[in-house]
Amino acid sequence: MNVDETDLPGLGRRKDFMTASGRRIGVVEYREGQTELIVSTWDDPDTCQASVPLTADEAATLGNLLGGQRLAMKLSEAHREIPGIVTRQFSISVESPFQNQPMGKACIRTRSGVSIVAIMREGEVVPSPGPDVVLHPGDLLVAVGTQEGLDTAAGILRNG
Amino acid sequence: MDPLALTLIELGAVVFCLGLLARLAGRIGMSPIPLYLVGGLFFGAGGLVRLEGMHEFAHLSAEIGVILLLLMLGLEYTASELVTGLRRSWQAGVLDLLLNFLPGAVLAVMLGWGVVGAMVMGGVTYISSSGIAAKVITDLGRIGNRETPVVLSILVFEDLAMALYLPVLTATLAGVSFVMGLQTVGISLAVVSLVLLVALRHGHHVSKAVHSENSEVFLLNLLGLALLVAGLAAAMQVSAAVGAFMLGIAISGATAHSATRVLEPLRDLFAAIFFVVFGLNTDPRSIPPVLGWALLLAVVTAATKMITGHWAAKRAGIGVPGRFRAGAALIARGEFSIVIAGLAVASGVVPADLAALATAYVLIMAIMGPLAARFVEPLVRALRRPVRGPAFRTSGPA
Repeated sequence: MNVDETDLPGLGRRKDFMTASGRRIGVVEYREGQTELIVSTWDDPDTCQASVPLTADEAATLGNLLGGQRLAMKLSEAHREIPGIVTRQFSISVESPFQNQPMGKACIRTRSGVSIVAIMREGEVVPSPGPDVVLHPGDLLVAVGTQEGLDTAAGILRNG
Repeated sequence: MDPLALTLIELGAVVFCLGLLARLAGRIGMSPIPLYLVGGLFFGAGGLVRLEGMHEFAHLSAEIGVILLLLMLGLEYTASELVTGLRRSWQAGVLDLLLNFLPGAVLAVMLGWGVVGAMVMGGVTYISSSGIAAKVITDLGRIGNRETPVVLSILVFEDLAMALYLPVLTATLAGVSFVMGLQTVGISLAVVSLVLLVALRHGHHVSKAVHSENSEVFLLNLLGLALLVAGLAAAMQVSAAVGAFMLGIAISGATAHSATRVLEPLRDLFAAIFFVVFGLNTDPRSIPPVLGWALLLAVVTAATKMITGHWAAKRAGIGVPGRFRAGAALIARGEFSIVIAGLAVASGVVPADLAALATAYVLIMAIMGPLAARFVEPLVRALRRPVRGPAFRTSGPA
């Protein structure tokens, strides 16, 4: 993927790329630290249809959503040959009883048989997280297991 | 009445009125500069109300306003942005200079204002208002647009051109000979290169010298240094404004960003007073006779900026609507045109009509620029649609 980086003198930097559907999509990073998501209009790739200011949290969450989707897709691809195995994502909400707790406290594997294979956090992947990894609100857990096991795991993460 | 009381009342009334004008400008989404100028015309010589008490303070404040305007222009771009901007867009910058300096210069010669007048009016029509342009680009949500870096790098080039132009202008206004003038150009070239070099290699030292975590200490350091450098530059017959501008370029990185934040309110106050004082010193009765010329100059220089932006955007591979957007974003003239005219008027070697022409011209351009930037896009679309025909509609939203 070819990402264009352009200096905006006095303002910051623009990083964007052309999608297969002919739209330009990317971010503007301001010198003061704000981030803006930009999407071009469909008939003129030079101009922007939307420029959405994002806080650091929002940008990280959006990154997780997009990146998590891709990771989950890759995993389901890998597990396609094994019947009964499904990949699902769980996000840690601010109400979750396990936020700011080590993941081991939830005993997800023991109680549901589900494996947490990765955590998406601020656009980065934490692969094969151990029981000591502390869960933060906004984290996206990528879990692999049976359909019933995943339902149980979802309940654990929500209600404890 | 006690003179102090009179001064305070006048000053308070003027600043309060400026606040009302700035609010009005914000309400209708335009730059407050033309309103400040009109306010000055209203109060000044030949205007409706005469203010005498605040004269001394207003005069000094206007000088500080110019220093702060130029200091912040220098702070706006880092030395490395200036150098890369120069390398990448010098062709567009030179075209910009030729196309936009000449109309003002030619008109000044036609009106019999001589070489000095040509030098001043050329500068007035050349320099776009980076303040208005940046605001227009932000307000219209065009920061992510592809033509925006093209517009910004032309503004960067103008920034550098100012660094050479202002000392030359000051020398010309002081009435030095041609040889002396060449010497001034040489000296200013050397100084600009030196400052850029220092800013690139040792900018952090300069920044460290003024920087402080305490914003009060920082503000006092910065303002003190700026006034010192400006005063020394003025004592050496280089314009005070140039000194402040060079200091702005030398301060870089994070210090420059926080300096901009700290200085902004001060700049807004003193620059507003500067515009009012410029209006105060212009007799409103002298404007109607030059209004025709100002309009002609406005139309011509709007077209020349449009050509500049169009050409530069085309070279950068931007589509047709983007080329027109780039041109229109450059049209606005504002604060720096008034700074140049102000320097000329203060020297007393240019005719009073020049101030009137510059005022009328900036009034038109500061209002027309943002309007042109806003309406150029629908206009271009409307004009292009019939040519494209149905082919335009077959490809639906992706």
